[in-house]
Amino acid sequence: MIDFELEPQVVNRLKMYRMVSEQMMRPISRDCDEHEHVKPTQFYESMWSASAMAEVQVGNDKDKAGDGAKADAGPKLRNLYTVLSTEELCWGDAGLFLSTPNAGLGGAAVMAAGTAEQKERFLKRFREGKPKWGAMAITEPGCGSDSAAVTTTATRDGDHWVINGTKIFCTAGEMAAEKSEGFVVVWATVDKSAGRAGIKPFVVEHNTPGMDVVRVENKLGIRASDTAAIVFDNCRVPFDHLLGSAEVKREGGFKDVMATFDATRPIVAAMAIGVGRAALDFVRDFLKEQKVAIRYGISPRRLTTIERDFMEMEVQLQAARLLTWRAAWMLDLGKRNSLEASMAKAKAGLAVTLITQKAVELLGPIGYSRKHLVEKWMRDAKINDIFEGTQQINMIIIARRILGYSSKELN
Amino acid sequence: MIDFELSEEQQMIRDSVGGFAREEIRAAARPADESGIIPPELVAKAWQFGLVSGAIPEQFGGGGDARSAVTGAIVAEELAFGDFAIALHVLAPRLFAFPILEMGTDEQRAKFLKHFCGADFAAATAAIMEPRFDFDLTAMQTIAKRDGAGFILDGIKCNVPLASESNNILVYAATDAGKGFAGVDAFIINRNARDAPGVTISEREKNMGLKALATYELTLNDCRVDADARLGGDKGIDFSRLMSESRVAFAAMGVGVANAAYEYARDYAKERKAFGVPIATKQAIAFILADMAIEIDASRLLIWEAAAKLDKGGDALKESYLAKNYVAASALKITDNAVQVLGGHGYIREHPVEMWLRNARGLAAIDGIATV
Ligand SMILES: Cc1cc2nc3c(=O)[nH]c(=O)nc-3n(C[C@H](O)[C@H](O)[C@H](O)COP(=O)(O)OP(=O)(O)OC[C@H]3O[C@@H](n4cnc5c(N)ncnc54)[C@H](O)[C@@H]3O)c2cc1C
Ligand SMILES: Cc1cc2nc3c(=O)[nH]c(=O)nc-3n(C[C@H](O)[C@H](O)[C@H](O)COP(=O)(O)OP(=O)(O)OC[C@H]3O[C@@H](n4cnc5c(N)ncnc54)[C@H](O)[C@@H]3O)c2cc1C
Repeated sequence: MIDFELEPQVVNRLKMYRMVSEQMMRPISRDCDEHEHVKPTQFYESMWSASAMAEVQVGNDKDKAGDGAKADAGPKLRNLYTVLSTEELCWGDAGLFLSTPNAGLGGAAVMAAGTAEQKERFLKRFREGKPKWGAMAITEPGCGSDSAAVTTTATRDGDHWVINGTKIFCTAGEMAAEKSEGFVVVWATVDKSAGRAGIKPFVVEHNTPGMDVVRVENKLGIRASDTAAIVFDNCRVPFDHLLGSAEVKREGGFKDVMATFDATRPIVAAMAIGVGRAALDFVRDFLKEQKVAIRYGISPRRLTTIERDFMEMEVQLQAARLLTWRAAWMLDLGKRNSLEASMAKAKAGLAVTLITQKAVELLGPIGYSRKHLVEKWMRDAKINDIFEGTQQINMIIIARRILGYSSKELN
Repeated sequence: MIDFELSEEQQMIRDSVGGFAREEIRAAARPADESGIIPPELVAKAWQFGLVSGAIPEQFGGGGDARSAVTGAIVAEELAFGDFAIALHVLAPRLFAFPILEMGTDEQRAKFLKHFCGADFAAATAAIMEPRFDFDLTAMQTIAKRDGAGFILDGIKCNVPLASESNNILVYAATDAGKGFAGVDAFIINRNARDAPGVTISEREKNMGLKALATYELTLNDCRVDADARLGGDKGIDFSRLMSESRVAFAAMGVGVANAAYEYARDYAKERKAFGVPIATKQAIAFILADMAIEIDASRLLIWEAAAKLDKGGDALKESYLAKNYVAASALKITDNAVQVLGGHGYIREHPVEMWLRNARGLAAIDGIATV
């Protein structure tokens, strides 16, 4: 039965995330933004030890002992719960959220493509010891959106693979590759002639010789998160670090890997929504202080421009949020959600870009000032329309699905 | 708990009403738009779904089904997918019956509800809108002044559906101007309203769209009503809630129209070739269609959220208002884009998309018709 109300236990759990946001993220938001490459180690330590983080560890399927959160949300609603907590934490700070030690996108790839044994072997570390990071490296200087065009190669050499190529824009790449006992999942082709079917994900352990972080980017926003360029030069990894099957099949293979995105796109959408809500809340509180009332229910032709803009921000955010919840909920029910996940991502990326830009505009010099966080949120929001599939790529996916077209027919 | 699935019963209603709308209402839509006449047989057939009587308690001869705003939104969307104007026509009696059902006194319920439980379509309506660009539900210029035990009504209403053929009209008027929603009451004008003293009904109105729906201007000039004409008696009404319900239903119809336009444009784009390929294989067209699909789903979810809140007895003023305004914009954009996707052919009245664009435009202009 149609219902949009969260259960009280879930609402209570979210309050804990809210506390994390308010007490651990917001106080260092500005500082981390202004000092881009300085690591907030204290934050990492606290987040690592906070069991409350269990649910946002994408790809970590093991319940932490004594963690009641999942039981509260019901085991069926795990993805929905992740989306909700992601929104809450990104309300705090999206850059810090992305830099939080956990299995990250690398973990998501292991979960999507790895065998049961690989999942246990590679993900175990995220439940013990010191803070660790996982990362995923697909993007190359010559290929981003067209991820099937990766040129990085993995060549068989006895019981090893030898990886060669350059990867860029790898989130948490520095932390995963060199600054912790983490790993990077690298996409490389084992057979160029096979096209996308030849592309396989490989786990490369931290500090593996031949894997070097050559650069950490300077960015518009989410500056607390490191974005690394990594060069693989005759980098040798054991044979069983290839996730899943080494066999090059015409069908399946690549599609399975792409299915990772069905789970991660709603999370990226939720990140966007968290940032958008931060901006909206700021504007709401500000207007309240200024005694500017928002009048719901009167003729739209009598609204002031501020009221109109504010309501537009509000409803755009809610539209994106409902689409996002639906995409995650479908996954929880075991339904195929590629269409809905892309809808959520496309809508959220655009909506929150508009919302945060509007917030800066509405507040005039206050919005533009670095004294407040609104201008930062506008910079942070923009990435959500770019990574994990740009606006355009998600529109193509949606269009293909609704039209029943293949990638050949619509590209 | 979050759930995006319809109940089995809602799914059944959606399928049956939807099937009827797709086949029979859709076929009648264009001729009705051109002639202004909706075939009575079609209205009679729609009536058989129990659109009004279903929710009326058994003691008054109705079906006694629990009322649900979500189910109401589903029905409204499906009907409007067939045709917006015909949907408004067949649902118009709800404008009168449901407020009585929900907020009427026992006497009012006993007196009026049974009219809607017969086999034949029972026209009835409500007068809310006023012919002003800045018409505002919270600042009505139709005034009801106390006069002894009764009231005197003065003002001009417009966009009153089926006013001419309705024996019962609910007229909304300010009893306490300046109090916003709380200062509005509704008054029952009955016994062949045309002849009620102080009530004048105009010639049928002419609008850009929704041309199959007969609407009228209604002038109240020193119109006296007894105390028992006031809906809800001394308690009055919860006007804000009624308007929330109305917005949910009206917005749901907007989604129905938008969805009709989207499906039509999508199918056309796969067939129509330009430069040797189906135009749908061009991103310029494919992205328009993808955007339509996103906005239809987003609009529907916003409506359902407001409706679900109403079903739980909550105050959904904000949600319904935002959803309705959102849909007014999204439905206009979607129907406009449908015309665009068809190119020159979209502009020609042989295809329905231009009609849907004209109809969708009504959403932003009209407030307060179509209760759930
Ligand atoms: C901060 C940050 C973090 C990132 N994290 C990661 C990560 O952890 N791992 C990783 O592998 N990658 C990551 N990325 C890379 C990201 O996924 C890519 O930047 C993104 O997919 C776009 O690729 P591109 O930058 O090469 O742009 P391009 O593919 O060159 O696209 C440029 C423009 O062309 C458009 N375009 C491209 N193809 C089409 C088409 N067929 N039709 C219409 N328009 C098209 C795009 O939408 C875009 O607007 C990250 C990027 C950033 C900035
Ligand atoms: C009232 C009216 C008056 C007219 N007067 C004249 C006149 O005097 N003389 C005359 O010769 N014609 C006239 N026309 C025709 C008019 O110029 C065409 O309708 C118009 O060029 C579009 O062509 P079409 O209708 O075949 O649409 P299509 O070419 O079928 O286009 C359908 C849709 O696909 C899009 N599309 C098509 N190709 C591409 C592409 N490669 N990439 C992306 N999108 C594409 C179009 O933009 C459109 O949205 C008139 C049309 C009307 C409605």
